[in-house]
Amino acid sequence: MRTLIFRSIAPFLTSLMVLFSIFVLLRGHNEPGGGFIGGLIAASALAIYGIACGVAAVRRAIHFHPMAISAVGLFMAALAGVLSVFAGVPYMTGLWIYPSLFGVELALSSVLVFDVGVYLVVVGAISSIALGLEEGDRD
Amino acid sequence: MASQSAPLVDLSAVYVTGPVAAADWLVAAPVVWCILVGAVLVMLRKNTRVQPLIAIPALGVLVLMTLALVWHVIANGTVTMTMGRWLPPFGISFTVDLLGAFFAATASCVALAAGIYGRTDVDDSGRRYGFYPFLVLIMAGILGAFMTGDIFNLYVWFEVLLISSFGLLVLGSERAQLDGGVKYAFLNLIATTLFLVATGYLYGLFGTLNMADIAVKASELRGTAPLMTLVTLYLLAFAMKAAAFPVNFWLPASYHTPRLVVSALFAGLLTKVGIYALLRILGMLFPFEREALSLVIAIVAALTMILGVVGALAQNDIRRALGFLVISGIGVMMAGLALGSPAGLAGAIFYAAHSMVVMTALYFAVGIGARLGGGFELTRAGGLYARSGLIAALTLVLFLSVAGLPPFSGLWPKIMLVKASLDVGAWWLAGAILVTGLLTTITVGRIWVLAYWRPAPGEAGEAAAATPLPVGATVALAGLVALSVAAGVWPEPVMALAQDAARGLLDPSAYVQSVFPAEASQ
Repeated sequence: MRTLIFRSIAPFLTSLMVLFSIFVLLRGHNEPGGGFIGGLIAASALAIYGIACGVAAVRRAIHFHPMAISAVGLFMAALAGVLSVFAGVPYMTGLWIYPSLFGVELALSSVLVFDVGVYLVVVGAISSIALGLEEGDRD
Repeated sequence: MASQSAPLVDLSAVYVTGPVAAADWLVAAPVVWCILVGAVLVMLRKNTRVQPLIAIPALGVLVLMTLALVWHVIANGTVTMTMGRWLPPFGISFTVDLLGAFFAATASCVALAAGIYGRTDVDDSGRRYGFYPFLVLIMAGILGAFMTGDIFNLYVWFEVLLISSFGLLVLGSERAQLDGGVKYAFLNLIATTLFLVATGYLYGLFGTLNMADIAVKASELRGTAPLMTLVTLYLLAFAMKAAAFPVNFWLPASYHTPRLVVSALFAGLLTKVGIYALLRILGMLFPFEREALSLVIAIVAALTMILGVVGALAQNDIRRALGFLVISGIGVMMAGLALGSPAGLAGAIFYAAHSMVVMTALYFAVGIGARLGGGFELTRAGGLYARSGLIAALTLVLFLSVAGLPPFSGLWPKIMLVKASLDVGAWWLAGAILVTGLLTTITVGRIWVLAYWRPAPGEAGEAAAATPLPVGATVALAGLVALSVAAGVWPEPVMALAQDAARGLLDPSAYVQSVFPAEASQ
């Protein structure tokens, strides 16, 4: 799979897919999308990059170990529920704030934090498996 | 989005509107704590020296949390927290009654001991494979299963603990471990799939997954819906999880292969989660169907306990023998489920807690014995008594306890179960329990005589004599033995707790009221 065409295109394709995955993640609360599907898109982006340019390049690019990424995601997701203790409501209750940024109202919520956590868990876990399999192929 | 405008609908129709008392957070806290600590440990998985320093205090905090939860439930009755504030049955409820809290506290104590024992038993490579993260995350699964009030959520927690258990089982990726791991994984996946199929069926019949809701609706549906089929499916799925005869063969095939501390944890906790699910679903949700199946369950129970202990008697590897003793104990617990009377269920609950502590401690004791030079082969072991009187004494206490001899914790639940069987005239079930006790005594007596009393066979003894006693492991062992002795000489509080828990299972009105406070008071 290491053709010149594929290797030239893969970085652009990967960055586009990661961008798209973040878009899918952020639109997820009220429309189709969310952390899980966004994470899958990002993980397949990393897998494509790995097929084209090698596993070492992917590991360099994401800097952290994939398992550490999913651990951060798990931590975020669990902590997002704990925020509700300060509001006196049960665990995992969605809490919203509406700060205004340059005149645009932003709807931020603990649900978003949870979704970002799910995104990271999926990216980390799936790309960890994918990278492991791609490394196994070379042996 | 009309974000800040006033809500157009009456929120009290979808939300739990009452305030949440700070103490009610104890319901969610143990599981959340395990997940948070587990995540931190995964981040630190290369740092093998720091891991136990975080994990062991964290498990200590977990023990305190679950003990506080037991205290809270005793003081205030069953507690419920519905996640995301959605009204049950739509939100997922965590509902902790006395049974769940008692099992959770016992399991946490066992996990703390396993964490301490793991310091000496699991080397650097095992820690790099993730012993401590998996240990904490498996506790999230086990405690979630004990605390949830939603059947599908129970399935999810089973998955969480299964995935962690796969990781623990192949810690180190040795050949024998992978072999045992595949058998374990395959058969447990079948059981889990059956559980899922049954749950899909249940959802089709009831239109709800909330246990309290099911308990209310079961009596309405009993005439029309095929509940017997449903309950039989659940019985098969959980009997497989609990390793009851004839679906027990995965346990002896896999429990002797992993690191010793992992075997100990599995023997103590995993099969008991199956027993817990049987008690909850057959005992609480479908008592009439359980009554109809009671003869089947009783026969399964009698066969499980007798064949389990006969299997143990035939083994040469001590770890394998202990695996069969675990199965035998499952039979005793299922006898309580078959009886279904308050005394029978209380006996099963007490025995499950006893078995969690004692089976884990037995594996610890055998592991320390092997480290001192005895090995796991009965034909070659010997001289352990001469090498360390302390370990030999602690092991003897555990042997007597597992055989059900006084004054240790195995005695009382067996008395309760024998009496409960005789009360309903099931003399053969009482006989099976007593015969099992006798055969267990012979089994552990044989191990004791061969591995502890017999002088060390020649060359093996001299080399190992210099091995120092592992301090952490001995402390973990002594702690669990102390629990067993305390429950043996001072059984009244535990017995009262088990009886209250059994009453809560047989009359779920308090459980239902905790989830649906408004409906019950109408």
